[in-house]
Amino acid sequence: MIELKYYLLISAFLFSLGVFGVLTRRNAVNVLMGVELILNSANLNLVAFSRYSSSGIDGQMFAVFVIVVAAAEVAVALAIILTLYRVLSTVNLDRADVLKR
Amino acid sequence: MSVTDIVFILTAIVTVGSAVVVVVSRSLIYSVFSLLFTFFGVAVLYVFLGADFLAGAQVLIYVGGILVLLLFGVMLTHRLYNLNLTTERFQPIAGTLIAAAVFASISLAAFKTKWKLVGEKELEPTTQQIGEAFLSSYLLPFEIASVLLLVALIGAAMLVRRRTDV
Repeated sequence: MIELKYYLLISAFLFSLGVFGVLTRRNAVNVLMGVELILNSANLNLVAFSRYSSSGIDGQMFAVFVIVVAAAEVAVALAIILTLYRVLSTVNLDRADVLKR
Repeated sequence: MSVTDIVFILTAIVTVGSAVVVVVSRSLIYSVFSLLFTFFGVAVLYVFLGADFLAGAQVLIYVGGILVLLLFGVMLTHRLYNLNLTTERFQPIAGTLIAAAVFASISLAAFKTKWKLVGEKELEPTTQQIGEAFLSSYLLPFEIASVLLLVALIGAAMLVRRRTDV
């Protein structure tokens, strides 16, 4: 039997990699990938605790909702990125510092 | 060491290794394609955890939907004749320090805490339980999630539409 802490370790690693990606990348699409890694690590934790604790199916239900919100988030974020590219001709987040042009 | 352990370790290595490539690689295309392996690895971990429905949903939604959307995002925000799809990094040392601190604190918490665990539960199909929970105790969140998806769909279409003066 694989113990719970190994899942938590993988999830912690994915989370910190996601944080690293969000902090160090300047490309908006890359930042979005970091956010996806963070959401996946949270999901992994939820499912792992749902398996090893006595809470029944609740953890998996939360994970389903996280997936739903992630899908909506990616759709809206990519729409914003495309609009940004149309206005500024770049997706570098350092240059996205104007409110009006 | 049983076969299960070996498969688990291989899955963990693939998941974590491809996640490293996602955040380190300088090429956007490499990042997107290694994200594919991370998502598949997480789906296999769901199978290990007995979450069959979630493993299917992970493959369908993340690999089939979100990854394709990200590829569209990469392709539409770079001119196709300019195949220099690289991305520069910003303050890598500070980012590494913060990420290492986050990892250390989370894994310390994970290993030091005495979790109140029950033993290995019976593996059983979860799809029926999830469906029944959606239509009974989780009915209101289910409806709210449906409205959220509708709003996101309309909002995304509104944001990217070309403004033509009618």
